[in-house]
Amino acid sequence: MIEISHVNKWYSPTFQVLTDCTTSVTKGEVVVVCGPSGSGKSTLIKCVNALEPFQSGDISVDGTKVNDPKTNLPKLRSRVGMVFQHFELFPHLKIIDNLCLAQQKVLGRSSDKAVAKGMQLLDRVGLQEQAQKFPAQLSGGQQQRVAIARALAMDPIVMLFDEPTSALDPEMVSEVLDVMVDLAHEGMTMMVVTHEMGFARKVANRVIFMDRGEIVEDAPKEDFFGKPRSDRAQKFLSKILSH
Amino acid sequence: MFSNFDFGVIVRALPYLFYEGMTFTLMLTGLAALGGLVFGTAIALMRLSGYKTLGRIAGFYVDFMRSLPLVLVIFWFYFLVPYIGQWVTGASRPISVGAFASSLITFIMFEAAYFSEIMRAGIQSISRGQPAAANALGLTYAQTMRYVVLPQAFRNMLPVLITQTIVLFQDTSLVYVLSITDFLGAASKIAQRDGRLVEMYLFAAVVYFTISCIASFGVRRLQARIAIIR
Repeated sequence: MIEISHVNKWYSPTFQVLTDCTTSVTKGEVVVVCGPSGSGKSTLIKCVNALEPFQSGDISVDGTKVNDPKTNLPKLRSRVGMVFQHFELFPHLKIIDNLCLAQQKVLGRSSDKAVAKGMQLLDRVGLQEQAQKFPAQLSGGQQQRVAIARALAMDPIVMLFDEPTSALDPEMVSEVLDVMVDLAHEGMTMMVVTHEMGFARKVANRVIFMDRGEIVEDAPKEDFFGKPRSDRAQKFLSKILSH
Repeated sequence: MFSNFDFGVIVRALPYLFYEGMTFTLMLTGLAALGGLVFGTAIALMRLSGYKTLGRIAGFYVDFMRSLPLVLVIFWFYFLVPYIGQWVTGASRPISVGAFASSLITFIMFEAAYFSEIMRAGIQSISRGQPAAANALGLTYAQTMRYVVLPQAFRNMLPVLITQTIVLFQDTSLVYVLSITDFLGAASKIAQRDGRLVEMYLFAAVVYFTISCIASFGVRRLQARIAIIR
């Protein structure tokens, strides 16, 4: 579903952010990307839907090359759902309008259809009563659930999560993770940048560990948590799991 | 002090002052603000676009317009436009444009420079995550601007835009250099005709002051109502 091969990205010859990253996500797979801050994991996931450009290498999503200038990027992106660290709901639009905007303008759905789909997804994340409110009237956890619903409204073939729980208060993390776990159980293809190792243990098929722009480890979940091969991954795990 | 003032002059001149003068002033203000906003937004988008040449052209235009006194531009434009029109259309003699059209074009060009800076600040005030989220949903650049960035930028900047329009409302009185009958021009004509300079100019000042004051008050009310809840 997602093929990443030999991707390099640099801001200047001396400042390399991604070095020769190669990995893939197959259909129905849940891949968790972790690593210390500044390791390039967010940058990598943003390269997948071309929100970040890269200098060399190839990324293709469902057979479509992301870095091909001829690719219709808006069309490709409309099939790739993305959830951001800071939610990025549109603050001037009501919740339901946040869910309908792209459905109508990008997919060309009628207003009735878009609203119906939006309400159904709001119901799914347990926020149907909030439809007429504005984003700022919701808690962080609620906003992030709306953001997931907004991405799902486009019927994506794959979902990208960029640290979806990092900006949340601790007591709101689980309500967002619950939605993501359900999604994973339904067979959604997911690539998730997160530090939530509990989530990784529960639903991930594979774990990718990144450090200093490189993919250091790319292993099935059992291997990664059981016996990580690299020192750096071991150190990282001991730091975040010791609490 | 007011004993030898004749305020009856004002009362008699009211229909002329408002039907002729104020209509012109308000029309010029409204149309110039609208045109300035449209072109100003376009200039702001040019400056913020990734294309260096486009940005430089827009930047030069803004700097150029802001470095010239408005009166001078109005004056020059009035006498130049007929010749530019002649040159563009290849006509045999200068094309008569009319005082209203000429002053309207001048004000739109001038205000576009100021509005563009306001809109630029407004667009930059939107966090980069917003267009990223819109793009991630599949919206094109134009759709992202139209549905996500500009509505927020416009709302953030509305108080400043209206304040600039109030300044514009006062600036339109400068068209008197073209002997146009705007509100001040009308007052001035009556003043000269009846020899009642003090009364008429005093009255004109009071009217400009009152309208601008009410508008400023309105801005504050509006600001509270339309602000995006954050």
